[in-house]
Amino acid sequence: MHRRVMKNDHASWTGGAGMKLMGEMLLRGEPFDEIVMGNTALVRAMVEAGTQVVTSYPGSPTPEIAAAIQTIAAERRPFYFEFSTNEKVATEVAYGASVNGHLATVFFKSVGLNVAADTFVQLSLMELVGGMVVVLGDDPGANSSQNEQDNRHYAHLAYTPLFEPSSPVEVYHFYKEAAQLSRQERMPVILRLTTHVCHAKESVHFEARPLVEAKRDPLFSTDHGPYIPLPASVAELKERALDKLEKVRSFAASSELNRLFDHQNETLGIIAWGLPYLSLMDTLAHVPSKPDILKLGIVHPLENRRIVDFLKSHKEVLVLEELDDLVEKEIKAKAYDLGLNTKIIGKVDRHDWLGEYTPDKVKTILHKIWPDMIPDLQPILAPSEVPERPPQMCPGCGHRSAFHAIKQALADTDITVADIGCHTLGYLPPYEVGELLMCMGASTGIGSGLSLFNQTRSVLVFMGDSTFFHAGLPGVVNALHNRHNITMIVMENGTTAMTGHQDHAGTGRNFNRATEKIPIRKVLEGLGVEAIFEVDTYQQKRLTELVKAAMEVKGFSVVIARHPCMLKFTREQRRKPGFEPHQVHIDQAVCNQVHTCVAQFGCPTFTRCGDGRVEINPDLCIGDGSCVQTCPTSAIGMPIKK
Amino acid sequence: MRAFNVYMAGVGGQGIGLLSEVLLRAADHAGQSVKSVDTHGLAQRGGIVVSQLRIGQPAYSPLIGAHDADLVIALERHEAMRAAETALKESGTLIYYDTVWQPLPVRLGEAEEIGVQSIEKRCKALQARLFRIFRPDLKDPRMQNMVVLANLQKHRLIRGLDVAHYHQAMGDLMAGTVLEKNLALFDEEQLSV
Repeated sequence: MHRRVMKNDHASWTGGAGMKLMGEMLLRGEPFDEIVMGNTALVRAMVEAGTQVVTSYPGSPTPEIAAAIQTIAAERRPFYFEFSTNEKVATEVAYGASVNGHLATVFFKSVGLNVAADTFVQLSLMELVGGMVVVLGDDPGANSSQNEQDNRHYAHLAYTPLFEPSSPVEVYHFYKEAAQLSRQERMPVILRLTTHVCHAKESVHFEARPLVEAKRDPLFSTDHGPYIPLPASVAELKERALDKLEKVRSFAASSELNRLFDHQNETLGIIAWGLPYLSLMDTLAHVPSKPDILKLGIVHPLENRRIVDFLKSHKEVLVLEELDDLVEKEIKAKAYDLGLNTKIIGKVDRHDWLGEYTPDKVKTILHKIWPDMIPDLQPILAPSEVPERPPQMCPGCGHRSAFHAIKQALADTDITVADIGCHTLGYLPPYEVGELLMCMGASTGIGSGLSLFNQTRSVLVFMGDSTFFHAGLPGVVNALHNRHNITMIVMENGTTAMTGHQDHAGTGRNFNRATEKIPIRKVLEGLGVEAIFEVDTYQQKRLTELVKAAMEVKGFSVVIARHPCMLKFTREQRRKPGFEPHQVHIDQAVCNQVHTCVAQFGCPTFTRCGDGRVEINPDLCIGDGSCVQTCPTSAIGMPIKK
Repeated sequence: MRAFNVYMAGVGGQGIGLLSEVLLRAADHAGQSVKSVDTHGLAQRGGIVVSQLRIGQPAYSPLIGAHDADLVIALERHEAMRAAETALKESGTLIYYDTVWQPLPVRLGEAEEIGVQSIEKRCKALQARLFRIFRPDLKDPRMQNMVVLANLQKHRLIRGLDVAHYHQAMGDLMAGTVLEKNLALFDEEQLSV
């Protein structure tokens, strides 16, 4: 079948032609094959399943789901989508839609579930009339997260089934199964993806799009309830949740999502799922006598039938389990109850609890357990001696000017607290501003605690603009209400930059249309903050003065340090007709090699030569000129045409 | 039978994503089975970007093991060296665009810049073929990836792929003047002697 679609990331380079192609593909009526990433396959599955409401808050590895949704023109989109203010609100919007009879889906990154948890743990107690799929982007190996938490724990905590696909093909099929089960049983179902399942690309065969007229009537009725979880009703609601979970256990026993690969091996068996299953298959590709494999798709609740048969028919069974040991414990308990003497092998040492189960990692694990099967391992070579390349703020980034200026206002003993976002990168040299980090919106509360019994060290907390709305507000209210003595720097760049430039409540646009801005300054004024200073971060001297002034204020003070995200701005400028690139230049006759530009301001554009000269990297300079003011000998010339 | 593993590395902003997507689709147009994966997230912000592509079978995971890349493609000198040390297999091939985006420790004066000789030495030790690519007349640094792509074709570094497959893949991903400019550069480079 003919293919012609593109990866959405490149849509902008083609003036939107590619966007239309992907949008058209996602709505196509007839069956087709296409190479897509897992996140895109998910969107086609949503369309086919008749999903009506989808919500999210951006976070890696899931933002490309929204990017794919955006390729479908808003008026043709078969479902409503929004980026909500945070994951908890997103979950609540999806829940509200579901109890009104609409099939709903919420998606977010791993740690987003911590934010959503207060609502999420209640979902299984409720009759979700329309059904609701919770799509999680977990991140084993912490590729782009503050931990590698195993969200399968939440499935157990909240009596919620959990499906786990291995590949884009399975993402597509598993979502449709999850949606159907969820609607049928009126219960939440988790679809747990991991980073390299979200981002893997392969050819997927998509089925025809069913022509079903979406029912848009609001069906909410307390007859489906109760929807009031209180002491009087909790036992009844929990019993119902437990009954549903047992129904799913029976469903799993005959589901094709769990599969047995019989290699006629009466001795060894392996239970695996998700991406580790693919790593296992690669590891075993050239092993002559392969163990039998029971591949799970429904990881919670565990079915009895095939698992018990598998235990009974093998002498040794390995549970190949990434991150924590939930399935291992459950299977060992099952074997104990049945009096089986199969040797069940799970985690051997603490390395098995850490990191992503890549093909290399799985090979090492198998070698440790069955050295005869995997006799030779690649010798571990010394790590590369190439200098590390930590992520950096982009050339022209307003945060760089902010950190450079704010550092001048700080005493060595002052304490700086970072929050989540691009500005987190300020912790790296040469700035080393932002010495603590926890999670979204935490800086203000942590800073408040640091200010107690502390008369000598000023506390400065940082907050991005999207984070301010996401989870920052309660900490601000608390600092005011309890009269904490801290200064908050709002690093306002007008977008949710780190996750790919999504809009937020302060930008004047939502996902679908223009909307009223909620200005951070007005919010702070409304809360009663009296000391609010505001400046563009490129005015570095002024920013230094304002931060000093704010730190003099007794109580809660704020500096709004504003500059638009220059990555976003530069991309937009390049697309305009007649755009001419500009770059700064260094007058080598004036430069006396004090290296403030390269070693303190630290824009990646500055290149240090072997003889001590500094040069401009023509690949990188965007000609913003924010560096010109940093040179003590005025050797950097204002940007000129390249 | 075994898959042909391609490991691509560069710095965020260099266009590894497009390069990888063109190869993925070119191999698909050539009738080969393909799997790939990009690293995203923080890598966008001046960090390392890696894309992995597996052509042919058997290939289950999109991830390549250490020292198991038949072909390493790098868009920057430090990343070429890093990939040569971690991904490239013995008797494999390394092709890289010789531009330098200094990593932080080099800019801070705490580490030495990697020289071209280090890469030559490493490839010699691995008995790997080495192609250093550089075009001093290239105006737009965002087209360095196209120059490398053209050299993959010129030197036939991916078996089974022909000019038509590359063209078709580029046509899938680009349109209008952007496509025209990239095709022109690709053809000029791959036909050059």
